[in-house]
Amino acid sequence: MRKIKSKTIISIVEELCAGANFELPEDVLTSLEHKVFLENNIAKNVLKEIVENASIAKKEQIPLCQDTGTANFFVKFGKNVRIDGEEDIYSSINKGVSSGYTKYYLRKSIVSDPIERDNTKDNTPANIYLTLVDGDKIEITFLPKGGGSENASALEMFIPSLGWNGVKEFTLSVVNNKGRNACPPLIIGLGIGGDFSSVGLLSKKALLRKIGSENIDPFYNKKEKELLKDINNLNIGPMNMGGKTTALAIFIETSPVHIASLPVAVSIQCHSCRRKTVVI
Amino acid sequence: MRVILQDLLLDSKTIKAGQKILLSGTVYTARDVAHKKIIDILDSNGELPFNLKNSAIYYCGPTPSKPGSVIGVCGPTTSARMDIFTQRILKEGVKFFIGKGSRSKTIANSIKEAGAIYFSATGGVAALLSKTVKTADVVAFEDIGPEAVYKIEIEDMPLIVAIDSFGGNIFNF
Repeated sequence: MRKIKSKTIISIVEELCAGANFELPEDVLTSLEHKVFLENNIAKNVLKEIVENASIAKKEQIPLCQDTGTANFFVKFGKNVRIDGEEDIYSSINKGVSSGYTKYYLRKSIVSDPIERDNTKDNTPANIYLTLVDGDKIEITFLPKGGGSENASALEMFIPSLGWNGVKEFTLSVVNNKGRNACPPLIIGLGIGGDFSSVGLLSKKALLRKIGSENIDPFYNKKEKELLKDINNLNIGPMNMGGKTTALAIFIETSPVHIASLPVAVSIQCHSCRRKTVVI
Repeated sequence: MRVILQDLLLDSKTIKAGQKILLSGTVYTARDVAHKKIIDILDSNGELPFNLKNSAIYYCGPTPSKPGSVIGVCGPTTSARMDIFTQRILKEGVKFFIGKGSRSKTIANSIKEAGAIYFSATGGVAALLSKTVKTADVVAFEDIGPEAVYKIEIEDMPLIVAIDSFGGNIFNF
């Protein structure tokens, strides 16, 4: 049984908070840079600002966006690893978020109660999704997600007979309604199947895929490409000001489902698609 | 095109929706909670620590500023969330709004009728926009952290005129 000190996890999480908020992932930046050449006028200008912003944030090690997000963590926890110290994985991550968000001057955007709304002042609690896997490593992926794009996400329970067309129309309507104000170009996570409680998470996990990666399922691979084309034909464009680039990618994740159900969740991610993974 | 807020007060019809401008002047940041607090104070005949008449509101909640910096990073938040407060705020004489994304049809109309202007900034480019802020001071509601009202001086902030006082609107809805 391998032992990892809780202190190690705390300091790695602190650095993840900074790293993810200061630097766009390579795949996202490359995709945005390519789109600059596709657009004209305002759309081109918006994309140029986004690319320039990424360069300033990286150089000066300051946040890309003032909304440094809800702290989402996707953890693959090896069966042959144990945490040594007073903290468990949950409290280690929360301690890392608390000190990381403070030390690196990131915005604390979490309130302790949805109605009373008192700020917790350290951006905790984080959302931590733990999966047990083989091996003796811990893989931590951090996805800080802004409130504006999260507000544009949606979930619907369809009847199975609506099939792919129902899923497609719903996705297009989500993008066309609230999605247009969620800082496009968007990255869209589409979860299909599971049940009411699992489909939202499925759609959020879809956002972890790299732009340019192919869906290994040939049916959904084709559907991703078709749907991306349809979305980019909506002429919403960067920052909803018209153009060809409404989304950079759509990623589909599916799950087995009850015979009566067709749950669908659309997770909307803004262009500031910040994510970073560390394997310990 | 460089535009100064003071000049726009004299004649708001010098700019049109769709124009790209560089804006300079004094702006107050306010998000959801600040709007609610402002209206609560006005409703109870209290006095605000800043003057809304002829002012500009920037829908923004910056990150904390690092030692030695004027402000943290400070991009726009979604303007549509503030639509429910905007008619009341317009009655208090606010003339300019900066945020991101479209406004409801009703609010677009109210902005036009009030001879006000709504500017759209690019969302998610907060590091870039923070470079245009020359001074920043908290003037109200310090206890709510990022949602406090900051008085900021901006210089050449890159914006698009989104809703003008002719009724022009760059957004479909």
